[in-house]
Amino acid sequence: MSVINAPLVGGASASAQAAEAAASRGIIRTILRSPRGVCAVAFLLLVIIACALAAVIAPSGPIVQDLSAVNRGPSSHHLLGTDALGRDLLSRLLYGGRSSLVGVAEAVLALLVISVPLGVVAGYTGGAVDRVITRTADLVMSIPVIIILLAVLAMFGRSMSTAMVALGVLGAAGVTRVVRSAALAVREEAFIAAAEVMGQARRDIIFRHILPQCRGVIVVQTSLFAAIALGVQTGLTYLSLGPAPPAPTWGGMVGDAVTAFYTSPWQIVPPGAAIALTVVAFGVLGDVVRDAIADTHSAGASGRPPHRARRPAPAAAPAEALVHVEGMSVAFGSGADETTVVQGVTFTVGAGEAVGIVGESGSGKTVTVKALAGLLPRTAAVTAGSISFAGTELSAGGRRAYRRVRGHGIAIVTQEPMRALDPTFRVGKLLADLVRAVDRCSRGSARTRALELLGRVQILDPEDVAQRYPHQISGGMAQRVAIAMALAGRPKLLIADEPTTALDVTVQAEILDLLRGLQRETGMALVLVSHDLGVVAEICSRVCVMYAGEIVEVAHTEELFAQPFHPYTRALLNASPGGRSDTTALEVLPGGVPSPRGWPIGCHFADRCAFAVETCMAAPVPLRPVFDADRQARCVRAEELAAPVEAAT
Amino acid sequence: MRGGWLVRIIGIRILTAIPLVLLVSFIIFALESFVPGNPAETILGQNATPQNVAALDHQLGLNRSFLVGFWTWLTGVVHGNLGTSILSGESVSSLLDGRLGVTLSLVICSVLVSAVVGVGLGLLSAYRGGWLGTALDVVSLAGLALPTFLVGTVLVVLLAVRAKVFPATGYVTLAQSPVAWFEHLVLPVCSLSLLGVASVAKQARDSILEALEADYIAMLRGNGMSEREILAKHVLRNAAMPVITVLGLVAIGTLGGTVFIESVFVLPGLGSLATQSTVDHDLPVILGVGLYFTVLVVCINLLVDIGYGLLNPRVKTR
Repeated sequence: MSVINAPLVGGASASAQAAEAAASRGIIRTILRSPRGVCAVAFLLLVIIACALAAVIAPSGPIVQDLSAVNRGPSSHHLLGTDALGRDLLSRLLYGGRSSLVGVAEAVLALLVISVPLGVVAGYTGGAVDRVITRTADLVMSIPVIIILLAVLAMFGRSMSTAMVALGVLGAAGVTRVVRSAALAVREEAFIAAAEVMGQARRDIIFRHILPQCRGVIVVQTSLFAAIALGVQTGLTYLSLGPAPPAPTWGGMVGDAVTAFYTSPWQIVPPGAAIALTVVAFGVLGDVVRDAIADTHSAGASGRPPHRARRPAPAAAPAEALVHVEGMSVAFGSGADETTVVQGVTFTVGAGEAVGIVGESGSGKTVTVKALAGLLPRTAAVTAGSISFAGTELSAGGRRAYRRVRGHGIAIVTQEPMRALDPTFRVGKLLADLVRAVDRCSRGSARTRALELLGRVQILDPEDVAQRYPHQISGGMAQRVAIAMALAGRPKLLIADEPTTALDVTVQAEILDLLRGLQRETGMALVLVSHDLGVVAEICSRVCVMYAGEIVEVAHTEELFAQPFHPYTRALLNASPGGRSDTTALEVLPGGVPSPRGWPIGCHFADRCAFAVETCMAAPVPLRPVFDADRQARCVRAEELAAPVEAAT
Repeated sequence: MRGGWLVRIIGIRILTAIPLVLLVSFIIFALESFVPGNPAETILGQNATPQNVAALDHQLGLNRSFLVGFWTWLTGVVHGNLGTSILSGESVSSLLDGRLGVTLSLVICSVLVSAVVGVGLGLLSAYRGGWLGTALDVVSLAGLALPTFLVGTVLVVLLAVRAKVFPATGYVTLAQSPVAWFEHLVLPVCSLSLLGVASVAKQARDSILEALEADYIAMLRGNGMSEREILAKHVLRNAAMPVITVLGLVAIGTLGGTVFIESVFVLPGLGSLATQSTVDHDLPVILGVGLYFTVLVVCINLLVDIGYGLLNPRVKTR
């Protein structure tokens, strides 16, 4: 109750998707499916029915005194004991609950009557109406609610009903904002536009589409508000600002109990527990609906990392390889939820070599390089295989092993340039801090080196850019800065994850040129991840093609373009506009990449493959050399399928 | 201009403060006109003599029209005159100024406790997780479930009445005796900050976890910055922004909570004055407390804006 505006905290984030999920499932079913929800609903119903039937089930009247039995503990005669005037506590609790529950109902009703129409109208209509409603709501949200309630009680002769309605009216401001953002999000949905085009009346759209979609949010907000309203109601009656004694109120009973605490400490338990449990029940109800809503959106994002497998003794890495990844698997989640997303990945990168990793989204390419860089999210872990860098085993060495190679050994440029830079730091400071971290030099020389690095990535005015914040530079510029950060430690290996995807076409070419130039000058190795074979072909001498968590083909770039062995690579080449031009039409693969939980036992690609035969489905297909030790493919028919194309060309 | 944003933020807050003060006092004045029958009679109750009623009518400006009364009060406010208490005849502003210190002590201490303990718990539970996260959920449920006055009451009966660890009630100013001041504030501040600690800890945990997964953190970690430096300079700074917003809401909630807590612990602050004035129907005093609370809310929002602006360069460099 002390945070009157509490529904605002975290409420807006649930927003419309929330509503949508809950509405589509049926809110009541959502609540009843969770044990917590069932308990909360059952308890609230029990309290409501018991209080409504107070006149029938209460052992005595609420103000009947029995001075021969004052301050008694619970007994068969008085189930919850008696107070200082010998009044039966159970009876007072039941009768007192009426005023509390009625008060909550009044506040909630006032809240809904105001906030739902205003919120829906503001969100759906937009424009000036929206602005007026939102501004007013903002203003009302800053009103010290409790003082207004006190003023109401002072002037309306302690009328608790008036005060609770006032609480509802003032609380409506925050809820209006939440409903508004829910309605706003629903309005953006395609089916609303469709309904508008079809000429449905606005009123129909509001009642048939917008309101049902906002139901979840409204339920969450209402139950959290009810919890607050009960806190306020009991608090005001505790201050004896409500119905005058001897009328029973829950708050008043707490007050009486404090007075009688020396002689009979028990008395504080019944009203205290009643208040706490009822408030909890309202709170839990809101939480259950909100969690149900949130779950549908963050499934798989939570949970613990899988157990790391005991690793086999690392196989001796080939002497010339800088990076050697052997049989690496990565999984998300743990226990029954453990999902392997990358499986048995093996590849090497020689010193100074540029290797591309190509695949559709969902193929596991980003997870593969994140695992290589030791940057998997908390919920994921390497579950099998080994990763060695310059002869050091990294995956077994854990954090410490990675700390030693980061910066000087392995460096990374993450996917989205606009998210790669801490938005709260000036670019120059960010870069200089990183230089100091990897070089352990003075501030002055770190600054000089930072500017030098900015020049290195062909930023024309390093002094000027260094002074800017990330939001003040373009995406291409941000990517250059990110590359400069990666260069700070003069790495032996640079991992670039989709370095051009988020950028304009012209900028893409510049960044690729930059990467190629830097790689040549510095002699560092490069692992480039892309969904675009054309991008990889420009820089990389070797390519690993990934599909559904596995590497399906490894080859030198020219050979891969000239003669793909795996049917998936072939499809990828045909689908890539920059790829082969010998096909008449752009081939589109039927179906989609299977999700990690739906991987088949056999070849992951078999379902979509035009050449699949029974042996493809029967057992896992290994990655194996085809014709040549340097070329590998994960296809049982690789040699056979390669032949006719070779003949044709 | 480097400090320009600060001037802009303060300007905006002062501009929004004016309609807010007008709105709050207008509502309280308007309530008067809704009161059935003669407000002065209702306010004074059944034992009022006609002279008393006439005097109150005059004092409240009830014999004038409602708008004229409102205008008169507003003109008074501009000149620093908030009227006089119906009950004691004392000047409302001197009455309020005398009690402001108590309420400020409560609110500032509670917000500090919420911030320090909340961020500490949030940090621990983000990095350690497991049982601490569960414990945090339980504490925040308790924070929401137990109304402030109930927490206060239970603390009084357990730690003051029964165990006599802390004084149950009363107040000593900081100037009189810092030790006694502290002792008298421990229990009220604990009761007031329970919900704040829980809200801040939850928000801190969520935003720290979110920051830890951010791409810019992966960039720093992946390119050689130490975990300690990442946490101190980058994670905390980015996680602080939503925490500051929640802290503002906590501060405003705490201000409202003082009304209950000052009554439980018999502290002579603005909140207990408001409660007493409600019982006494002392309208000018309620109006004055409303004004002070509104100004405090504006100040809290201003501090939140400034804190946010210091952390978020987008505010500074627009």
